Formats: sequence, C-alpha cells, structure tokens
Amino acid sequence: MRTVLFIIRKEFLQIFRHKVMLPLIFLMPVIQLVILAHAADFEVKNINLHIVDQDRSQASVQLIGKFRACRNFNLVGYSFTNQPAFDEIQSGDADLFLEIPPNFQRDLIRHNAASLQISVNAINGVQAGLANAYASAIIQDFNRQIRTEWARSPALKAPAGLSVTYSNWFNPDMNYQTFMVPGILVLLVTLIGMFLSGMNIVKEKEIGTIEQINVTPIRKYQFIIGKLLPFWIIALVELSIGLVVGWLIFDIPFVGSLWLIFGFAAIYLLVVLGLGLLVSTITETQQQAMFVSWFFLIIFILMSGLFTPIESMPAWAQAITRFNPVAYFVDVMRLVLLKGSNLMDIRLHVAVMLTAALLVNTLAVVNYRKTN
Amino acid sequence: MLPAITTDKLTKRFGDFTAVDQITFEVNKGEIFGFLGANGAGKTTAMRMLNGLSRPSGGQAAVAGFDVYRETEKIKKHIGYMSQKFSLYEDLTVRENIQFYGGIYGLPGKEIRRQVQELIGGLGMQAYANTLVKSIPLGWKQKLSFSIAIMHRPEIVFLDEPTGGVDPITRRQFWEMIYKAASEGMTVFVTTHYMDEAEYCDRVSIMVDGRIAALDRPRALKEQFGAGSMNDVFLQLTRPKP
Amino acid sequence: MKQFGIFIQKEFYHILRDRRTLLILLGMPVVLVLLFGFAITNEIDNARIAILDQSKGEMSQEITQRLVASGYFLIDENLQEIAQIEQHFREGKTKMAVVFPSGIEEDKRRNLPTQIQLIADATDPNTATTLINYASAIIGQYAQEQARGQALPMQIRTEVKMLYNPRLKSVFLFVPGVMTVILMLVSAMMTSIAITREKELGTMEVLLVSPLKPAMIIVGKVIPYILLALANTVVILLLGTFVFGMPVRGSLVLLALECLLFVITALALGILISTRTDSQQVAMLISLMVLMLPTILLSGFIFPIESMPKVLQVISNIIPAKWFIIILKNVMLKGTGIEFVWKESLILAGMTLFFIGASVRNFKTRLE
Repeated sequence: MRTVLFIIRKEFLQIFRHKVMLPLIFLMPVIQLVILAHAADFEVKNINLHIVDQDRSQASVQLIGKFRACRNFNLVGYSFTNQPAFDEIQSGDADLFLEIPPNFQRDLIRHNAASLQISVNAINGVQAGLANAYASAIIQDFNRQIRTEWARSPALKAPAGLSVTYSNWFNPDMNYQTFMVPGILVLLVTLIGMFLSGMNIVKEKEIGTIEQINVTPIRKYQFIIGKLLPFWIIALVELSIGLVVGWLIFDIPFVGSLWLIFGFAAIYLLVVLGLGLLVSTITETQQQAMFVSWFFLIIFILMSGLFTPIESMPAWAQAITRFNPVAYFVDVMRLVLLKGSNLMDIRLHVAVMLTAALLVNTLAVVNYRKTN
Repeated sequence: MLPAITTDKLTKRFGDFTAVDQITFEVNKGEIFGFLGANGAGKTTAMRMLNGLSRPSGGQAAVAGFDVYRETEKIKKHIGYMSQKFSLYEDLTVRENIQFYGGIYGLPGKEIRRQVQELIGGLGMQAYANTLVKSIPLGWKQKLSFSIAIMHRPEIVFLDEPTGGVDPITRRQFWEMIYKAASEGMTVFVTTHYMDEAEYCDRVSIMVDGRIAALDRPRALKEQFGAGSMNDVFLQLTRPKP
Repeated sequence: MKQFGIFIQKEFYHILRDRRTLLILLGMPVVLVLLFGFAITNEIDNARIAILDQSKGEMSQEITQRLVASGYFLIDENLQEIAQIEQHFREGKTKMAVVFPSGIEEDKRRNLPTQIQLIADATDPNTATTLINYASAIIGQYAQEQARGQALPMQIRTEVKMLYNPRLKSVFLFVPGVMTVILMLVSAMMTSIAITREKELGTMEVLLVSPLKPAMIIVGKVIPYILLALANTVVILLLGTFVFGMPVRGSLVLLALECLLFVITALALGILISTRTDSQQVAMLISLMVLMLPTILLSGFIFPIESMPKVLQVISNIIPAKWFIIILKNVMLKGTGIEFVWKESLILAGMTLFFIGASVRNFKTRLE
C-alpha cells in the first residue's frame, strides 16, 4: 500500500509541474460547461423570416402582425415578389419565407378557402421541421381568429368535445439547460479522465522510465492502482466543481441524493480510467494513445443519449449503447439529479457499472507486461 | 559460494534474427564483470533477459539464485538497474526522484529521508537538490541514476553503458563509485564499449555477433592475444578474419 | 530541396509505420458518417408511454390503439393509479403517461366537454414537447372524426416546401460537420502533437541544427497531414454521396480549394499550439478544450447558432469551423458559387495569416 502512495505522489507532482495543467484541468472545464450549456440548445429561436406579400390586404397585414408578435420569428425582409426572398435564403440571411399570394383575402371570403406557401431552408431537417410547425401554428391561430371575427354565421365556435390537457413534470419551465448541464458535466469529467489516464503509462514508455519501474519488484496491480487513483481524485474534484457551478449558475435542482451521484461517479470513473489505462498498455506512443482514446470517446459520446435521445436510434444502435459506460452515467445524472431516483431505481445501472469496472481493470492489469 | 549469475546457452531471437546466441557464463559474488562488445553485439539484450525485462527464447539462467523464466519478480527484489536510456523523471526534482524510487523499492520512511541526505551530500549535489532533473548536467544525472539504482542495497547491479557521453573526469568519478559499491560486496555487471574501462573490471567477456568470443581477466586476455591493451584484444576479436 | 524531400519522407514513415493511428485516422471518418447517417437522429419514434385508464371504456381503447398505430409510441405498461406514474418516470423508461379520467364515457354521452390528460417527463424538454404534440394531434384528429366534422368555413391551406433537403435527412446537416471535425482533428491536433513530440523526445533540436530552415522543418512536418486530411475529405464525400445520396451541387474545384484553405487554417492553429508548449499532454489538452469542443458545439454543427444567446453568437465568430461549415453548406447543398462564400473564405484566410504570424513571433522569442 505504501508503494501505491509513492506512485500517487509522483503522479500528482508530475501533473501539476506544468503550470498550464492546473487551469486546463480545473478552470477550462468550468468555462466549457458555462458556454456549452448555453450553446447546446435544440430549441429553435430567432428564425429569420422573410415575407412576400403579394396581396397587401387587410388579411395579409393582420397575418404579418401575428408573425411579428411571435418571439420565435425575426422578420428580416419584406417584399412584394419572390426573387429577393429566394436570394436571402440562398445567402443564408433568411431561414424561411412565407408567400402570401395575390387575391388571398378575396379567395378567403368568396371561395371560403385560400392558400399560403411556406418555403424552409431544410438543410437542418429538425430545425426546419420545428420552424414549419411554429409557422403553421401561427397560421392556424390566425385562421381561427378571422373565422370568429369575420364569419357571419354565429354557430361556428368549435363544437364541445374531446380536448387534451397536458402537464410537464420535473421541469415545468421546460428549461433545456436543466437537462443538458448534468450531461455536459459527464462529458467533461470523462474527457479529462480518459485522456489523462490514457496518455499516462504510454508516456513513461515513450520516455523510457517504464523500464526503471519494470525492474523493481513492484506488483502490477500496485502500479495500476497508483496510476489510476490520482486521476480518479482529480475527476471527482472536477465533478464537484461542476456540480457547484451547475447549482449556482444554472439552478439545477438537486432532487436526489448527492451521495448516490458521487457513489456512482466513483464506480463509473474506475471504468473510464481503467479504459484509459488499457489504451495506455496497448499503445506505444502518446499520439497513438490519444487517437485510440479519441476514437472510442467520440463514439461513446455520440451514442450516449447526451445530445440526441437513445430511443430515437434504431434497435441495433440501441443495443450498442448497452455497452457504453457514458450512456449509463448520463442517464444516472439525469435520473438522480432531476427526478430524484433512488438506489433501487438505478440498481441495474450500478450492477452493470460494477461489472464493467471489474472487467476493465482486470484487463488493464493483465495487459500491462513487465516482461516482454 | 553460489555465483551471482549463471547462464547456460541463454538465447534470444527476434523473428529470424538471433540477437543473443547460446551464451554461457558465470559471475561471482562481489565481482565487477565487464560485458564488452560493439554496438549491436547483443549486450543490452542479454542484460534485459537477466533483469527480467525480456523473456529468453531458450537456454537457462539464474540471477541471485532465481530462475529468469519463473521468478523474475523475485530477481527484481535483489537487483538494481541503470538503463542506457536515461531513466529518471525529468520533470521531478533530484530530491523527488530519490524519494520516489526509495518508495517503490519499499524503503521505510526514515531510511528514505536518510538516503536523500546521504545521496545528495555524497554526490555534492546540495545546490541541485530542488532542481528539476532535466536542467542538471549529464554527468550529474548519470551519477544520480547510479546512486538511485543501488539505493536499496541490491546484491547485483546492472549498468548499461553508464558512462556514455560523459567527460573523462566524471567517468573516473563514476568508476570510483562502482569500486566503492563492489568493495561493499555488491556484484556489478556493466556493459561498455570504452576499452579503457574494461581494464578496471575483474573479468570481462567480449561479445561478437551475439556470442561470447572471449572471457577472462583483462591481464590474461592481453597475454592470450599478445596485445598491449584491451583495445587491441577487442580489435583482434572483432576484425573480420582474413 | 532534396533535403526537404528526404525530410517529408521521414514524416511519411512516422505516419505509415504507425498502423494503429493510420487505421483510426482513416476509419474514424467512416464510422462517424455511418453513425450519423444511420444511428443518430433527433426524430422520435417508438417512445415508451404508460396508459392509466380509469374509464375502462371504448374511447380509451380506441385512442390507445391509434397512438400505437401511429408508430411514435410503444405501450410500456398499463397503470392502476396516478402514484405509479412518478415511479415509472424515476426508473427512466417511460417518457409520457396518458390519463383517461373515469368520467369521460359519461361526459361523451351527455355531449359535455371531456378532457384527456397527458403527463410528460419533461427532464428532456424537447422530447416532452414533441411527444405531447404528436399525441395531441392524434387525439385531435380522433375528436374531429367523432364530431363527424362539418367543413369549417374560411379554410387556409398551407403548402410547405422544404428547400435543399426535401426529405429532411439529418445526414445532410451532419456530413459537413463531420468533415469539419475530422479535418480539425487531423490537421490541428495531430500536428500540434507531432511537433511537441519531437520537442519532448529532443529530436527537434537535432532538426533545428540541420541546414534546413526552421520554417521548412515545420512545413515538411505538416505536408503529410495535409494529404491525410484531404484523403479523409474524399472518403467522407464519397460516403455521403453514394451511401446517403447527398448531392454536391456546387463546383468540385471550389469545394476542394475551400477544404485546402480550411486544412491550412487548422494546421496553422496546430503549429501555434505547438509553439506554446513542449509537452504532448499539454498540447493535447489545449487542442481538446480550445479546439475540439468549440468546433463541435459552437460551430453550428449540431446546435444552430441562431438559437444561442447573443454573447455566444459573437464568440462563435472567432471559431474557424463556423465559417467553414457555412461554406460547405453553401457549396455542397445550395450549389452557390464563390460570389456567396468569398466573405467567409476571406475570414478564414485572415485567420490563417494571424495564426502563422503569431507562431512565427512565438518561435522567434523562444530562440532569443
């Protein structure tokens, strides 16, 4: 055990010998968290709208007024013909244009029906879908309004019947940051942990100091534990800082038990750091180690449900996520912090993580060879 | 008295290439054993098999009475090693390096504190104690590496070209350190390609192309080959036969 | 010039000998494009919902059937009481609960307004909104059919045209993003590490005392990475075109030139980082924190820049990836020519000059 302590001490000395390391490990992630939490937002705001009004009637003016009043839209252009609208879409200044055809109002009154045209820049399909949904909702609303205002017959209110009410639990304000911050925190802790540990043993190989260690009677598990613990501590400190930031800046509700979060994080980090060390034992240079780590991490992150819901993935992809430790921690953070799930609720997550920790670290110990 | 090292037809092959070809020798306790040879003759490979870093492809060997196949971890308790590649941590200070290696060899805390004082004092490095190793001169680094390699009082110490690239005065001081260690009963196994250093050894073996071409006391070798210096002995052995 | 050629050859050896890295560098773009194309999407289907049916009537049965038939929903469980909903949400499987109150059949008979309640787990607000929208629409349509809808007067129909990507494939958005990330990774991260590696191992000094000019050494080091980056670009484009049917509407020559420009920008960034440190770990962490994360998250690759707070929109301007993604979307998907992207191209070129200038200054101060 004393041997392990000496390795840990040495690792800490080496990590923080570089003056840039301290801010890189502890300050940068906080800045990233603050920035990313604001950036990672799928909600579509500020849709740049161009309106082509070929009718210039009372109805068109009223419709345009409704679009202007909606905070999701941002009226960037107004013209009487199509060409300027197309140009603005092409140059990227407008995301969507609404075309009100000539005789819109007349058709509506005389023929009881009229049409409008919406064109959306659909390169970002999801954004386009939402933009279209917002626009359609405004038009529907406008339709109801003119129906009650202009229609002569009185009996045109929606008939009494079935309606739907809804409520949003756990996050009634529909705050996207509440959802993202715990996940981004997982991302940052994982990145720091995996890269630091992944490049560690391989650095000693590259410089040659590993030989000096290998001729000592040190046990393999002592060495691996000594290499693992410093990063485990750093990552846990990092997580604590992140949680404080989340609480102070983003008002993340801490519904569940913090003990549970830290307990799970402790196991999860063993998995991540063990993976890093495993990478370190199978690679020869730091560059290699970095790329191998990066390769797996990017897949882990994309398949973790952090940015896009796992349920949307096809079945084979969902099956892959069962082997993804990041997915488990992202899930646990959200479950416990936001919904107050308890140990019983996440028992499956804990069991999987424990097994993985045992497996990965055993592999790392076995794979580390003192003799070649 | 059991020999410190015995080998019997020890061999290492890398694919088709035989780096060490059936070498057989013994090293006695307390002896300074010189392991000579041109670059690439197989010295480092042979040494790495003995200290447990590399698994032999054939033959037998025992170090400090332990088998090199099955008991490498036991061997490691009884040896010290200074590799050819400089192997202290450049980003730790002199003091931190000593503390670290003392620690992983399991020296008690009191002993480590004593060694830090003694080593730094003995080497006259007080001024460098808290300097990062990367900024001290090479000669000092080599002497420090050696001191650290024998800090835990091993029975046998392996030195792989310990004086490569250092000035003659430092080399002299380095050999004085080796003599001092040997006089305390430590077995020294040292590779070198400085032939003047071979004269300092009790016995030398000369490796050519993975085999041991000669093995005896320096004086006996010079007589045998009718040479004035070890340098001539070496040249006779390695020069291509007419 | 001959020495220079030999030097580049040495760099190629470094890269080609290292099979593992090479495999990853060539395989990563393929895996990423395939993942984005096949696995990762924002669209929601097969969401698990729970049904709490207190009415036990015909209407609840019919609506439940319609929800399932839509393909958006899977019935995870039939609940008995309200209290169970929270428990299900906590275990994390169920995303929404549909509650049919006990009186709805009675209300319907008497022609009174009835209400069905949807309860969503809004920890993920997007999914919650989407699910509620889907369910409301399905129930709304059912209600309309029940009302044996008389045609309403003054009906406004809306025709929708989805420009550039009529089938709303998300891969169209992701291909330019993946390209940007890979080019950044290969060019900036790889070079910064390759150069600091020579420093860490001490071989840089050997090179610096050779008759090659320092600038030539750097150029020689980065040339293989330029080629590697361009090879990756080609692979991604081929995959995008042949596997996902993504068009390249603009000029290929323009596209190639723009890619080259961005590769050089990224290389200049990598060099700049390597002049600031001589530790591979530090270089890697800087690349990761200062380059990769912003490239992924602030460039408009995944999250639309227009939806970000003003401050971030301003910050996003200093991220080269943002401009490159705009250029890519324009040239590839909209088919525009240089007249629509010259501004962005100039910005990238300006950034490149700035990074090179800063590197040269750093390099000089180090030598002095």
